[in-house]
Order: sequence, then C-alpha cells, then structure tokens
Amino acid sequence: MSQPRSAPSGLDHLQDAEETKAQTERRLLTRARRVLASSTFRLALLYVLLLGGSAAILLGFIYWSTAGYMARQTDATIGAEAQGLAEQYRRRGLTGLTALVAERSARSPGGAAIYLLADEDRNPLVGNLDRWPDMEPGPDGWLDFRLRARGDTEHAARAKVFLLRGGLWLLVGRDVRELTATRALILDALTWGLAITAALALLGGWLMSAGVVRRLETINQVAREIMQGDLARRVPSDGSGDDFDQLAGNLNRMLDRIEGLMAGIRQVSDNIAHDLRTPLSRLRTRLELIRGEPPADADRAEIDAAIADAEELLATFNALLRIARIESGNRRDGFAPTDLGPLLADLVELYEPLAADKGQALVLLPAEPLEPGEPAAEPDALRVNGDRDLLFQAIANLVDNAIKYSPDQGRIEIGACREGDRISIQVADTGPGIPPEQRAKVFQRFYRLEGSRTTPGNGLGLSLVQAVAQLHGADIRLDDNQPGLRVTLILPGLRD
Amino acid sequence: MKILVIEDDRQQADYLGKALTETGAVVDQATEGREGLFLAAGNSYDLLIVDRMLPNVDGLTIVRTLRASGNQTPVLVLSALGEVDDRVEGLRAGGDDYLVKPFAFSELQARVEALLRRAQPTDIPETRLRVADLEMDLLTRQVTRAGQVIALQPREFRLLEYLMRHAGQVVTRTMLLEHVWDYHFDPQTNVIDVHISRLRSKLDKGFEQPLLVTVRGAGYMLREPGTDA
Repeated sequence: MSQPRSAPSGLDHLQDAEETKAQTERRLLTRARRVLASSTFRLALLYVLLLGGSAAILLGFIYWSTAGYMARQTDATIGAEAQGLAEQYRRRGLTGLTALVAERSARSPGGAAIYLLADEDRNPLVGNLDRWPDMEPGPDGWLDFRLRARGDTEHAARAKVFLLRGGLWLLVGRDVRELTATRALILDALTWGLAITAALALLGGWLMSAGVVRRLETINQVAREIMQGDLARRVPSDGSGDDFDQLAGNLNRMLDRIEGLMAGIRQVSDNIAHDLRTPLSRLRTRLELIRGEPPADADRAEIDAAIADAEELLATFNALLRIARIESGNRRDGFAPTDLGPLLADLVELYEPLAADKGQALVLLPAEPLEPGEPAAEPDALRVNGDRDLLFQAIANLVDNAIKYSPDQGRIEIGACREGDRISIQVADTGPGIPPEQRAKVFQRFYRLEGSRTTPGNGLGLSLVQAVAQLHGADIRLDDNQPGLRVTLILPGLRD
Repeated sequence: MKILVIEDDRQQADYLGKALTETGAVVDQATEGREGLFLAAGNSYDLLIVDRMLPNVDGLTIVRTLRASGNQTPVLVLSALGEVDDRVEGLRAGGDDYLVKPFAFSELQARVEALLRRAQPTDIPETRLRVADLEMDLLTRQVTRAGQVIALQPREFRLLEYLMRHAGQVVTRTMLLEHVWDYHFDPQTNVIDVHISRLRSKLDKGFEQPLLVTVRGAGYMLREPGTDA
C-alpha cells in the first residue's frame, strides 16, 4: 500500500478493514482450493460416485421389475380380453361382438375395464366410453389417453385399438389410475432411497478417507521434518498391525538404518578429520621447525614449497569435510535472522580491492524500487533466517569466481531484491560463462570446466555454495549474462 | 610465562612444547583430560592450550569446569572440528580463542601472544596509539606519520587499529578476517593481502623504513623499524 503509514486517518481504517476482508476471502478461497485438491475430498467423491452409481443401478432394476411388471400385467390383461372379443367376432359376427361388448360394459360401468365399438367415423355404437379419444394410436395400436370420469376428474387410461373387417373400430382398455399412482409412489420411494444413499455415502466416504488421509498426513509430516534435518523423528505407530501400521513400521526401520549409516559416515568423517589431520599437522609443524633452523637457501625454498603443498592439500580436505558436514543438515544451530544488505556491502568492500587490481569494476547495485517514484525497498526487506558466516562464505565464493573468470577491465555486478516471499541475490560477471549443458555438472565436487583447469582452485567452491543453499532452502540458477555468467540465489525471506 | 598444553597426540604435544619453550615460556604437558584438569586446577598458569578431543575428560568439559570454579586463565582451544558451530560451541564453553587443526605454528604463536597480551589488564582506556613515528588518534580518528596526515577509509582505519594494538606481534590473515571484518570464513583467494598492500602503500610510501612487514608463511606485523621479527 502506498499510503503513508505514519498518518492514520479514517480512510486508512476503512482500507485496513477492506484489506482484512479481502485477506479473509483470500484465505477462505485458498482453503477451499486446498480442500478440493485434498485426497480426503477426492477419495470421498470417488466413494460417493461408486456407491451412488451402484445404488442407482440396483434401484433402477427394482423399479423395472415392480412398476414395469405391473404395466406388463395390464397390457397382458388387455391383450387377453381383446383376444376373447376377437374370438366372439369370428364365431358369431358383429351381433355377437356387440352383445358381448354391451354385456361386459354393463358389468363394469365407469369401472376399470373400458370397451368401445365405433363406426367408420369413430362415432360410438356400444360400450362404456361416451366418445372416441382424440389421440391417435401409436403404430403398434397402443393408445394412452385421459379418461374423463364422473365428478370431472381425469384418469390415465391405456387401450389397444383394432380396425375390424367392415370398417368398424374396436377399443379395449383399462383405467390405469392406480397403476400410475403406484408407479409414482415407487419412483418417489426409490428417489428418496437414492438421495439418502448418496448422503450416507458422502458422510461415510468423508469419514473413511479422512481417517486414511490423516494417517498419510502424519507420515508426510514426519517425512517433512526429517528432510528439514530432524533425523530423530519417527512415524507414530498405533499398534494395530494394519497396512498403515506396517508402513509406519517399515518406514521407521528404514529411517533407523539411514540414521545408522549417516552416523557411521559422520563417525568416519570425524575419524578422518582427527586421524588424517593430525599427521598432516605434524608434517607441517615439522617442516616449520626445520625451516626455523639455518639451512641453505635452496633448502628453504624447497621447504616453503612443501609447506605450500601441505597447505593446499589441507585446504581441499577441509573444504570437502565442510561440505559433507553442511550437507548432513544438522547445522541449523547457527541460524539467526540475518540482514543480507549489510552482508553484501561488507562483501563488496572486502573484494573490491581484489577486483580493482585486475582493473575490474565490482558494483553493488542499489535495490530497485518496485515502482518508479516509490522509495527503494524497505530497510530490512533482505532479512533471512540463516547462518551469517555460511551465507557470507557462499556469496564470497560466487564473487571470487566472478573475479577469477572475468577478464581484466571486466565488470561484476551484485544485486539483491525481494520478490514477495523470496529474496534473490545475483552475481553477474563478464567472463566466459558456462555452456548450458554443463551447468548442472559444475556443482559436482572437483568438477572443473575445460580451460579452467589451469586457474587456481580446487573445484569445490560451487559445491559448497550448493550445500549452503540447500541448508537454507534456497534455489540456485545459472543463466547466460551475455556475455558471462549470472548466478542467482533465491532464498526464502523472513516475514516481519 | 607458564603455559599448560593438554594434548593427547604426544608428538604434537612435544613439538608444541619445544616450540613454545623456544619462545621463552615454561611449558607443562598433560596427555589426557583428567590429568590436564587436575594440573590446570591446581596450578596457576598464564595460558592453557587445550585439545577438544581428549581421553577421559574432553577439552570443553575441562574449560567449563575451570570456568565454573572461577578460574579465568585464558584458554586456547585446539580442535580437528573446524565448523563454525563447533567454534561457537568452543567459545561458548569459555574458551578465549579457537584454532582448527592443522594450524601453522606461526598462527598458534600469534594467537598465544594475543591472548597473553589481552590477559594483562590495561587501566587507562587508550586514546592514542603510537608505533615509531606513526600515530593514531582514536577520538578524532586521525592518523599521521612523521606529522603527515594519512587519509584512510573506515575499514583501513580498523585494520590499522588492530595492527597497532598488536604491534610487534604476528597477526595472521584469519585473525584479521575474524577481528576486522567479523566473518569466519575461508576465502578462496587471499583477499586480505590486497587490503594490506593498499594500507602499506598509504603508510610506507615515501618512507625509507617500512612499518608494515610481511612475515613469510604466517601473516603480517606492524613494528618499529630496526626491531627483529
């Protein structure tokens, strides 16, 4: 916000309130997104879909076999009656048919069975239906229509229509009011059944998957803590012996093994430290003592060379041990809030004369303001939680390389800026750069580019930078500076 | 000058003893922790040199025990563990300085001298430092040589101040990094040399007798001309 913070006013309060509201909304949205992405939600949804789908198929079958059965029964009854009438017509002609229709109609006045015999123009001749229905029958002769019953109510009816020889029309049907009502009742019950099943499935799925996911999350949490360097953490076991419990047990045994191996490595490196450094120390002291006695000048030069060799050997060896110990990830004791601003200024101040000796310009770029006209970055925008000496070492290694590989009269720029939660530090030189295909390899121990083998160095500088970066949860990017190399360290910044 | 060396590597201890005796100190030796603690607690030494990894009682426990009993003898901790947090742990336990093995004897000697000097109490806070015809006024922050004003950058001033406070002593590059720049780190190049040569050109240019000299294989020394290194 570009509002001056030193002058609180009503507007500011309003803005603060709006900000809080927006923040709340954002938080809710984030939470909703997280819920949608969560395994709990997905598993529950899958469970609902599976169970709901099965229930729908089952209920569909029940509907088909009950309501459908009743409809088929009705159709069969109508068919049987029609067959009876047709038999009569064939045996006794129109008179017989008329008599039978009249008799059956009389037996069922306004009742369940419907009969109607009509002439060519569908004017009723005999039967218990007062007029021919308006609807046309389907191609198979079946006709669904509304039946006007006594008291102005309408019922659903179903009938089959025949065209008799001689141009007469015969309609045989049933009042299916009860069938329809029953069918609606069944459908209703089944729909409710489906809805309840879905609701129960949702609840059950949620409970079930929440349990599963909670146990997975426990394991995840432990894994995260271990990756952050707390190797002593273990996955809690509930003693149930189920699959999750077995997984937890196996993970714990694996971690025990890893911890044992790492302790072994640490033990070995400590032993190396002690057992190898000690004779080297002795060698060095011995050489120094010899040097103190008055020897011939030629011997002295040789001894100086021997001391220098021993020193180089030790430096390499110390660097290796140092990287190994940083990588083992137990070094967060030295972490404290650290402002990179003064650290970079110190660094530039320390290395500036070295660069000046090569005619190079070593420049600390001012932190760029986010928008023109605004003040540059806030004073402690470059605060990180980290080990001050290690960060200094890492950036110093980058600057040292930049000076080493840039030509005389070259330019080395160091810049730092905050982008949201991240702080990026750039060291850009005008040297030969690193070909893209080799960029991943330069972090390997002792890896040196062709053509740089003759420059002094042990090939461990960038390995150390990487180890320090990993310890701080930082990323390293190598880019083309056109010409030269641009190294970017991206560190998690400290929030106030 | 009485110094106690507690070091389990007998050869290293002998070399240390021999070399320190040559500088005029009286040296006692202990090769394991319990004996070392016993000697340190029962005698009055000017300085203890204690290895961290010792049989029976480790070096830091010795230092802690001594400090807890009110013994303020300066302690230089030696260790093969060279990480910064090891160093911090060593200093926190009550050590006054920490030296990582292997070390150049000259580095050890420089630090021993600095520790012994520090142990001598200075009553009056100094406002002026003087080495030969070089003078530094700590209040006005003015530096003159033979009456001529020498303009220094703030860091050069601190560098010179440190050298003047340790005049006549060898000061190593690591000591300068730790005390003038306040960073514990291993430079891949000798960045300090360039700073020294800049300072030297400001101090000694036009004068016959150089004040700031390089001690081969060890570091630097600011000294009166004519005195021997």
